[in-house]
Amino acid sequence: MGGFWRNFCRNRGAVVGLVILLLVIATAVAAPWLFPGSPWDMAGMPFAPPGEMGMWLGTDSLGRDVAAGIAHGARVSLLVGAVSTVVALVIGIGLGATAGYLGGVADDIVMRFTEFFQTIPSFVLAILLVAIFTPTIGSIVFAIAVVSWPPVARVVRAEFLSLRSREFVQASEVLGKSRLAIVFGDILPNALSPIVVLSSLMVASAILLESALSFLGLGDPNLMSWGFLIGSGRSVIRIAWWMSVFPGIAIFLTVLSLNLVGEGLSDALNPRLARNREGKA
Amino acid sequence: MTRLLTVENLSVALPRGADRPHAVEEVSLHLDAGEILCVVGESGSGKSITANTVMGLLPKGLPVTSGRITFEGEDLLGLSAEALRSRRGRRMAMVFQEPMTALNPLMKVGDQIAEALSVHGKGAEARARVPELLAAVNLPDPAAIARMHPFRLSGGQRQRVMIAMALALEPALLIADEPTTALDVTTQAQILRMMREIQQRRGMGVMFITHDFGVVAEIADRVAVMQRGRIVEQGTAREVLDAPQHPYTRALISAVPHGRTLDRAAARPAPVLQMKGVTKTYQRGGWFGARAVVRAVHDADFTLNKGETLGLVGESGSGKSTLARCVVRLVEPEQGEILFHGNDLRPLSRQGWLPYRKRIQMVFQDPYASLNPRRKVGDAITEGPITHGVGRDEARQRALELLRLVKLEPSAMERYPHEFSGGQRQRIGLARALAMQPELLIADEPVSALDVSVQAQVLDLLAEIRQRLGLTMLFITHDLRVAAQICDRIAVMQRGAIVELGPTAEVFGAPKHPYTRSLLDSIPGRGWTPPELAETA
Amino acid sequence: MELSRFPAYLAGRLVKAAVVVLAIVVCNFFLIHAAPGDPASIIAGQSGSADARFLEQLRAQFGLDQPLYMQLWLYLKGVLTLDLGFSHRQQASVAALLWDRLPATLLLTGAAFLFAIAIGVTMGALAARRVGTWSDSVITVLALTFYATPLFWVGLMLVLLFSVTLEWLPSFGMMSVGVELSRIGRVLDIGKHLLLPALTLGLFYVAVYARLTRATMLEVADQDFVKTARAKGVPEGRILRRHVLRNAMLPVITFAGIQAGQLIGGSILVETVFAWPGIGRLAFEALLARDYQVLMGVFFCTSVMVVLFNLITDLLYAVVDPRVEVS
Repeated sequence: MGGFWRNFCRNRGAVVGLVILLLVIATAVAAPWLFPGSPWDMAGMPFAPPGEMGMWLGTDSLGRDVAAGIAHGARVSLLVGAVSTVVALVIGIGLGATAGYLGGVADDIVMRFTEFFQTIPSFVLAILLVAIFTPTIGSIVFAIAVVSWPPVARVVRAEFLSLRSREFVQASEVLGKSRLAIVFGDILPNALSPIVVLSSLMVASAILLESALSFLGLGDPNLMSWGFLIGSGRSVIRIAWWMSVFPGIAIFLTVLSLNLVGEGLSDALNPRLARNREGKA
Repeated sequence: MTRLLTVENLSVALPRGADRPHAVEEVSLHLDAGEILCVVGESGSGKSITANTVMGLLPKGLPVTSGRITFEGEDLLGLSAEALRSRRGRRMAMVFQEPMTALNPLMKVGDQIAEALSVHGKGAEARARVPELLAAVNLPDPAAIARMHPFRLSGGQRQRVMIAMALALEPALLIADEPTTALDVTTQAQILRMMREIQQRRGMGVMFITHDFGVVAEIADRVAVMQRGRIVEQGTAREVLDAPQHPYTRALISAVPHGRTLDRAAARPAPVLQMKGVTKTYQRGGWFGARAVVRAVHDADFTLNKGETLGLVGESGSGKSTLARCVVRLVEPEQGEILFHGNDLRPLSRQGWLPYRKRIQMVFQDPYASLNPRRKVGDAITEGPITHGVGRDEARQRALELLRLVKLEPSAMERYPHEFSGGQRQRIGLARALAMQPELLIADEPVSALDVSVQAQVLDLLAEIRQRLGLTMLFITHDLRVAAQICDRIAVMQRGAIVELGPTAEVFGAPKHPYTRSLLDSIPGRGWTPPELAETA
Repeated sequence: MELSRFPAYLAGRLVKAAVVVLAIVVCNFFLIHAAPGDPASIIAGQSGSADARFLEQLRAQFGLDQPLYMQLWLYLKGVLTLDLGFSHRQQASVAALLWDRLPATLLLTGAAFLFAIAIGVTMGALAARRVGTWSDSVITVLALTFYATPLFWVGLMLVLLFSVTLEWLPSFGMMSVGVELSRIGRVLDIGKHLLLPALTLGLFYVAVYARLTRATMLEVADQDFVKTARAKGVPEGRILRRHVLRNAMLPVITFAGIQAGQLIGGSILVETVFAWPGIGRLAFEALLARDYQVLMGVFFCTSVMVVLFNLITDLLYAVVDPRVEVS
């Protein structure tokens, strides 16, 4: 564990990313105390520029506090990002592990299925799913999970495929261990590193997807979100630039931090690769 | 003889944090035109680094800290990068170990050879020279081969292409870095013969890097032995091979499998394992297009008697590993009988197999892949017995005894595999198999991935344990010397079939099948018998 | 690949593409049926003019009174004859609407793709060549920034900068309305309108290709055949071009194929921001009006575009890599 942290901290970007991410999480957790009351309520004059009337980031066309919207939006973004990633991981690991461990026909079927899902334009499918099932937080999570599991399935399958023929797995077969014991005791623990790295990147892209959906008006109408804030600022960008600028920065920082953390995790879990990536200089 | 290359007091630093400060330390050697110098050593001895320094191909992280390299009267270390480049390929050339990855997969082999000519201003000759060169390395139909991409060629053919490319500009110096290590023994013999012949015809100087004393005996005029970055002994091939002076050289040479066959009383015929008509085929190709069917194993019947060791020998792709894996159901053959004490194992289900798991165990080839990196050694050894209902305490007790048996400290129980060397891991793998108290042990190339000195230790250990526990053993190897040393009987496999089977002494002394004969003829250094050396501490 | 094997390979790929398209149609069909409620009223849309006559018409079109497999068959037959339904709101057939908007989307995505691949590969190659130096760091940071910024927000910020503040470039539409222009003038006018949307859509993929190219070039540079080239005296520049870059392009081609769907998805956002009159804008309008017939048409059409693009990358890959076999 000590080695893990040392390797993680060697990547300065990853440390910065972790700090930003912790700040975003803290904001999300503290939102009800920082900005009591609903972010949908009017807090001041419409179109107040940043800094005026005690509102750091200004107000929108209905006089709502942009800063309150961003803080409350962080809850939705992080929640959707995390939950949809978990769902996608469950689907992806299940299918990938089945394909990689069983091989043969099962592998063929699962992989054709995965390729199909990778071919269809995922964002269009997500729009269609959310639109048909009406925009709620549940349907958004579902739609994002449905379009983001294929990379997990591919990675897990590739890992399982290579680990399955590794000699220590064959040794376990020869020892007479059960299939479940082999999958969970020998294969999965050794396939975890790429899954961990991938999932931090998936949370990032899920947050981007959620913001894009709510930008198009497909957010949960009861929940404040960053994409919605930018979407509502779009048509008034000539008079109230702050309405779209600040929520965008929030998304950028969150997604950036998750990517940085992902790189740090990758370095920490594969120290040898990290040194290669830095070049031989 | 003209002096071609002189290396004086060469030192190359290793990056900080490595296990020693220098990759190469105070190395001095020389090479004349028309001679072959073999640089021998185990992995990590610095022999490849020395070769790469001469070529100017060191990675950036390894700086030369002192020394001189004089080649054709010029100090190579003083030359500019461009001047060095213009000599590479033209005056000095290099052949690498891995033929499968050493050629650009997207370029036709003819174009790759032509490139060597054209970057040195001889592009105009390429059309005529490329087929000539390919013919010179004994490739059939050179014109057709020149138009092929590397993936269509076998390993041996690719290595010939590499040699043709290295010879394109008739260099004065050829550096060959383990050029035959990745090849089968018969291919190795052909390539060595060809290299020797071309070298003599052209009067080239060859620096030949190898770990194999058999190859040294086959090809060397002079020998330099390296250990941990230093040259410990240098001399003519005869001197070093037959009367080694330095203790390290003596230890290495006495570790070379001597290939002298055992004289053991033939086992009483009490069959433990009988293979009858076992067939395994693989199909390649997808849903569309033609399927290629490969018969991996067929016509490979044998009987293994109680207490004896049967060697399965053959080259890569001969089906020896597949056959062994059929016995433990890692591969499921579609036909035949696998009789263990008369019970056919083939039709058994996963469940039905369980009782036999205790009685048949396996040791694997790759010490780095055969242990789960995330599981402590103690757990790896005890999990088999625990799975089969042995109590936790008893299993640990047994594991401790086994660690002692394979000569490891009891503290190994609590450590992870990456803390051990290759030879130690191989012994852990052996302990894991023995923990099940098997009567039949299948050993799949158990010493092939090990350095020669470690190889000897593991082989000795295997012999001792077999004796003490009365094990029956199926021993798979591609190395005939190893097979001769440990097996009572030998089965020679070729393209999925056993072509010859008999007592070791008979197979080696009076081979009947032509393939066996060609295998035996190909053993590197077959004319050399390692001297019996008195133990020097 | 050898030329003689090419027809078989092409045939195999075409069959595969056809299967995928068919699967997409089936997928579309089940989406309607998976939704809660009566498919006809979903297609008609909850908000507004779901008059009885229209519902009847839909029921007849989809054969909703018949068993499911008959419905599927009817639907398939419709799609295969390019009958993608009728948009009640726009009073036009969905196929005609899509056909009308297709050129604008192709122009936008094509321009963005070429921009992304050219700039991205160049940036990645530069960074790999100078690995560890400050220019590598700048490129890496830049790529990460583009990668982490939401597309639609980049668009808005570019509008804010170049249209609102600097007033250099138009912020919406594909061409100036109500002006007479010569042919060249018209092309320039479209180009000016195209600049911001293509840049917006392209930046994210610049980041993707830059990161990918850098990583694969570093990986290829470590391989044995590069050392072989060095050992035969090939100059560094030529090693980079002929040996490293060519091999590093293989994963880039593969990835371009995988990314095609994302690119088209991204065009929905960009077209929305810039009011670009393409399929994405059509999707946004349909979304606002809950016009599901059009939305499913967009899904079908974009999927077919991706399948075709994948076909092209597959063929390109087969041309570049001799190891591809019929399989």
